[in-house]
Amino acid sequence: MKLQEIIKEENLVYKRTPLMTDNVLSYCPGCGHGTAHRIVMEVIEEMGVQADTIGIAPVGCSVLAYDFMNIDMVQAAHGRAPAVATGIKRTWPDKFVFTYQGDGDLAAIGTAETIHACNRGENITIIFINNGIYGMTGGQMAPTTIEGMKTSTSPYGRDLQLMGNPLKITELVAQLPGTYFVARHSVHNPAAVRKTKRAVQKAFQIQKERKGLAFIEIVSNCNSGWKLPPVKANQWMVENMFPFFPPGDIKVDGELVKKE
Amino acid sequence: MARAIILLIWHNPMHVSVAPIALSYVPTALSQYIKLIKGHNYQTKKNKDMGELKLMKGNEAIAEAAIREGVDAYFGYPITPQSEVLEYLMAEQPEKRTGMVVLQAESELAAINMVYGAAAVGKKVLTTSSSPGISLYQEGISYIAGAELPCVIANVVRGGPGLGTIQPSQADYFQTVKGGGHGDYKLFTLAPSSVQEMADFVSLGFEIAFKYRTPVMILSDGMIGQMMEKVELKEQKPRWTDEEIKKMHDKWATIGKTPDRERNIITSLNLDSAIQEKHNHKLQAKFRKMEAEEVRYELFNTDDAEYLMVAYGSSARIAQKSIALARAKGIKVGLLRPITLFPFPEKPLADLTPQLKGILSVELSAGQMIEDVKLAVQCKVRVEHYGRFGGMIHSPEEVLTAFEQTFIGK
Repeated sequence: MKLQEIIKEENLVYKRTPLMTDNVLSYCPGCGHGTAHRIVMEVIEEMGVQADTIGIAPVGCSVLAYDFMNIDMVQAAHGRAPAVATGIKRTWPDKFVFTYQGDGDLAAIGTAETIHACNRGENITIIFINNGIYGMTGGQMAPTTIEGMKTSTSPYGRDLQLMGNPLKITELVAQLPGTYFVARHSVHNPAAVRKTKRAVQKAFQIQKERKGLAFIEIVSNCNSGWKLPPVKANQWMVENMFPFFPPGDIKVDGELVKKE
Repeated sequence: MARAIILLIWHNPMHVSVAPIALSYVPTALSQYIKLIKGHNYQTKKNKDMGELKLMKGNEAIAEAAIREGVDAYFGYPITPQSEVLEYLMAEQPEKRTGMVVLQAESELAAINMVYGAAAVGKKVLTTSSSPGISLYQEGISYIAGAELPCVIANVVRGGPGLGTIQPSQADYFQTVKGGGHGDYKLFTLAPSSVQEMADFVSLGFEIAFKYRTPVMILSDGMIGQMMEKVELKEQKPRWTDEEIKKMHDKWATIGKTPDRERNIITSLNLDSAIQEKHNHKLQAKFRKMEAEEVRYELFNTDDAEYLMVAYGSSARIAQKSIALARAKGIKVGLLRPITLFPFPEKPLADLTPQLKGILSVELSAGQMIEDVKLAVQCKVRVEHYGRFGGMIHSPEEVLTAFEQTFIGK
């Protein structure tokens, strides 16, 4: 069978969502951002809500998310995305509003905005990419940098005595009455991608039903910042990040998931 | 109506005092001396056209005017001496009157970014704060200016620097007019000198904000915010419907990408400096247009004036009395009251210069606006400053004495 005979509409098994633009991704090869973007855009496409969705881009690697997501988007100041989302959702409650933020943005400079938007139960979706590092600025220590992890501002490894502890902000916001669904997933293999997509679908459905805030953490790699090739970076993530940031549901239907 | 008594009542448990200050500011009686420029109808109308009259604080007037303007949202954080704005709105429950959203934010950082969000979707959005809070707003204001979003911000200024004091001040002139946030931008600034103007500048502010897609600052102070005066309130305007917003602002507002248009993006980021320079040129062109078309000011007793006082806001109210006292002594002194601080009334000031022997910039600060006065008159006449500051308020007599000592030599 010739190639031209295979490339036919009826043989199509997968295609890129039209909600991703044709722009070449600015992310490093192997980075999880591209997959996370695609998941969110696929969910919006499948729900048929492109015309009713407004995304908030953060400051960080995904500051240019609006170049790749084919929806109306607002770029927020560093850490302020949940406040910007609040301003939009409160004045236009029929719209789907989500923020897409990294760990420095959401869990350091934007901690107050994150906690208070979650505590008010703003009916928005927060997509939180946690790669334990400031990627955009060149690999500095983040609030989620784990103990002993080397970054450009913790060159001998994170010293908890000197630099404080990594912050489990996802477990923290799960304690707040305003959050309805809180989960942590990853995008490093097809099974994880499917789980993440189901969580994002659920998050947008919760927003549709006006049940409260849905918060999805995606633990991701940063091969450039971690100075590891993509495959090794993902292995390192599974071996070192997952013990501290375990994947799975944390809060479902407004109830904390009990640990066995 | 002969004389308006203005009472300053401070809502501060540490400092309960009622300070009566008598100021002879009666627009109707003085109208023969006052030339109004730009024709905006911010003065009391004749009886037959009169709207609803109320005795209100400046802070309450701005809140009520916002509801009646059909404002979609207010986001704010408590700070003296402007907390009455948020208190009034919460008590009024405007969500029942017009559907207006009122939300107390967790910080000024959050409040200004909620404003940014609501402005990005084409809504009329207002916030108010006072000096230390406005310092925290600066990041957001810079983003709003850069992203070209319309909104109205009011600063009920108190004495600084730092936590300073809760009493009136005009020491935020530099921060407001010279661009308190980062980058090359200008903040369109309206300076109310009465409770009436606190109310009227809400409408005017939104008119300018949407005309130029720019943030507008109402630069008030603790005196105008706290004092009670008669205010004429406008009829209730309906809020824009979602369909009207789509019709008016679909070209830029992020209200959802429909198949008939490309996606809208609200951002202040351009990694390509050449594009950023072009964007800056666009912003500068907007500011030059404001300078050409939006200058507003008021002249008082200037026809035969040999000396001039330049004062805005509450200081202009005091200077008017000083001028009356000076005139009674035969000294020919007039007043120019800038209503817009950016754009500054440079030309009217320059036009008056040939007839003047001296100008006194009367400000509740150590002398900030004086720099713009000096630039306008280009060293052609002596310009001096007088003012109490750090929360202290000069009396009309103090201003007159300073004027006489500076220019008459007494």
